[in-house]
Amino acid sequence: MTIARTAFRRTLAVAATAALAVGALAACSTGADTTSGGGSASDLDAALEAGGKLTYWSWTPSAEAQVAAFEEAYPNVDVELVNAGTNTEEYTKLQNAIKAGSGAPDVVQIEYYAMPQFALADSLVDLSEYGLDELEDQYSASTWGSVNVDGKLVGLPQDSGPMALFYNKSVFDQYGIAVPTTWDEYVAAARQLHTADPTKYITSDTGDAGFATSMIWQAGGRPFAIDGTDVTVNFQDEGTEQWTGVWNQLIQEDLVATTPGWSDEWFKGLADGSIATLPIGAWMPGVLESSVADASGDWRVAPMPTYDGTPVTSENGGGGQSVVKQSKNPALAAAFLRWLNSDPASIEVFLESGGFPSTTANLDDPEFVNQESEYFGGQKINEVLTQASKDVAPGWSYLPYQVYANSIFGDTVGQSYANKTDLNEGLADWQSQLVDYGNEQGFTVGE
Amino acid sequence: MTTTSPPAPAAVVTAPPSRRARVRGRSEWKGLAFVAPFLVVFLLVFIAPVAYSVYLSLFREQLIGGNAFVGAENYLELFADPQFWEGFGRVTLFLLIQVPIMLGLALVAALAIDSARLHASGFFRIVIFLPYAVPAVVAVLMWGFIYGDNFGLAANINDWLGSEVITPFARNWILVSIGNIVTWEFVGYNMLIFYSALRVIPTDLYEAAELDGAGPMRVITGIKLPALRGAIVIATIFSIIGSFQLFNEPNILRTLAPNIITTYFTPNMYAYNLSFAGQQYNASATVAIVMGVITAVIAYVVQLRGSRKEER
Repeated sequence: MTIARTAFRRTLAVAATAALAVGALAACSTGADTTSGGGSASDLDAALEAGGKLTYWSWTPSAEAQVAAFEEAYPNVDVELVNAGTNTEEYTKLQNAIKAGSGAPDVVQIEYYAMPQFALADSLVDLSEYGLDELEDQYSASTWGSVNVDGKLVGLPQDSGPMALFYNKSVFDQYGIAVPTTWDEYVAAARQLHTADPTKYITSDTGDAGFATSMIWQAGGRPFAIDGTDVTVNFQDEGTEQWTGVWNQLIQEDLVATTPGWSDEWFKGLADGSIATLPIGAWMPGVLESSVADASGDWRVAPMPTYDGTPVTSENGGGGQSVVKQSKNPALAAAFLRWLNSDPASIEVFLESGGFPSTTANLDDPEFVNQESEYFGGQKINEVLTQASKDVAPGWSYLPYQVYANSIFGDTVGQSYANKTDLNEGLADWQSQLVDYGNEQGFTVGE
Repeated sequence: MTTTSPPAPAAVVTAPPSRRARVRGRSEWKGLAFVAPFLVVFLLVFIAPVAYSVYLSLFREQLIGGNAFVGAENYLELFADPQFWEGFGRVTLFLLIQVPIMLGLALVAALAIDSARLHASGFFRIVIFLPYAVPAVVAVLMWGFIYGDNFGLAANINDWLGSEVITPFARNWILVSIGNIVTWEFVGYNMLIFYSALRVIPTDLYEAAELDGAGPMRVITGIKLPALRGAIVIATIFSIIGSFQLFNEPNILRTLAPNIITTYFTPNMYAYNLSFAGQQYNASATVAIVMGVITAVIAYVVQLRGSRKEER
């Protein structure tokens, strides 16, 4: 049951250090780092030719088919696919293997929010050494920013999760509610719905770090700033308070359900209309189709509500793959990764499994954009979602210890949720614990 | 292997008469060879982890800046850490309330089954013991469904009563809910300890008591309870250790009540999250050592008290 609950739990992630990285990489060096072998694009082809064995950790549904397709194209390479657990479970294992000095895979799936943490510990190969920085044009700006940490290309993007508003049209129609375009309208819709039927809620939120940070991102807040080991944590900025201003009303007026995300109950609520909307990443359609099949035809997608009418959104979830420095054959690992996240054959498998791409070729592909989704009552959902990927606000960073930060979200901001008190107080508590932790860990953390 | 194990253990055994030790030196080395397999395993699985934890607790490794010896600093910080003491206070409260209830129920069950007045006592014995055979994780998930106040049995009862009476995941009730699960899991186990102690009481004692005209209650207070004293001490010590190590139940229920059960809900959860979420292995080792010492001291005190009564 726990496994089912977390199977799709990709809610947490997204982009990091966009501003820092992209420029610095343009003039990157090739093959300077002796510890990881070094090389160039031609070395990758040679490595594929020579072949060898690789280990790949991933929990993505497309991994198995992708590995099979890769091995068929490159029979000399033997890739062992291991599902080492979903998100934090895998990160714990990866962390342990890195600390132990052996046992880590060659290629590993890491969500965007966790990449800075592993990059900072210098555990990931800088892929620009293999010329993979030349692939920049192939990816959306926000995902490319996410895999560039502190001037290094630490992974290649796979999926992305620009946020959009998924809503249950049959519930909206039943109560005559219009699709909200601003957050004020969203709050009004929440009141209208819950008054009309007290068993129905506009959405469900028990406090989720990935959701909260994405919402703050969309509201214009930039609570985390990173410059090397100098870190700033500040939830008192205007954008953050803009979000808490809206969300406080929903929490304190009991307008959101308190069903833990990804629980059986949550899926049930999505199916029977008691959870009427989800502001969530663009990878959600695949989840709805497979886990909320009963509600086929009920759901639609709209752009995220805004604060001032200007379309803007943020990334929620999504991730890519990285080459671990422990790898004995980093050139071959980089070659596999290049194929995995840029070869059309691989992307096709990925799209078939219901993934939302980070590659611009696919995001701009008319066939992809104009696809009519049967589950969504024939709506061309990718029109909304690909537009969202273009509207992602720039300049967001995650902490270099975001995995830990998210783990204590419940201890701090979660208390505001549980007690229905001001979210700003919970955020202030989170902030002070993050500052203390960062300083203890040798960062210079300011507020 | 034998060469790396100094003769210290052997020397302890025969230390006082040093002359004899010299004479028997050769045969002791032979003896050591026989003990060596045990010693190696003992050192490896008991002494080495503890020693490594102590070692870890004296250092501090940072994400930035590497590893450094900090002496007792981790301990001083832990003693001033409100999160640790909150968790410690919680398991202490749990211990003081849940353990007497659980052992009391186990005792009553054991006496009832042993009384020979119960029909189908074998059936009840196995049924009461059965929860112990259910893996803790499965048991907690099952109770989680029962407790669910949106969909579980609790929700059904609330619907039926028309109000939110039963809220097992509320802040005020969560410890009671966990206590209920732990009691359910371990009553049978403790009952079996008591029951087996009751079975070894010689039957002629009962016969003698009957001849003296003692009723069933007098037999319990005069014969059975005194005979159970050792078993009760053992069961209490196990329960104290179990309470201080409370982990599975809150950790699994956390997915259902994420904001009520914090990452430092119990000391063991705190140690777990310090190391696996926060990479604070040194602080985690410090928690482990401190909790180990506290548990050992309390268990020792209980044992001393228990055995002193026995002498009387």
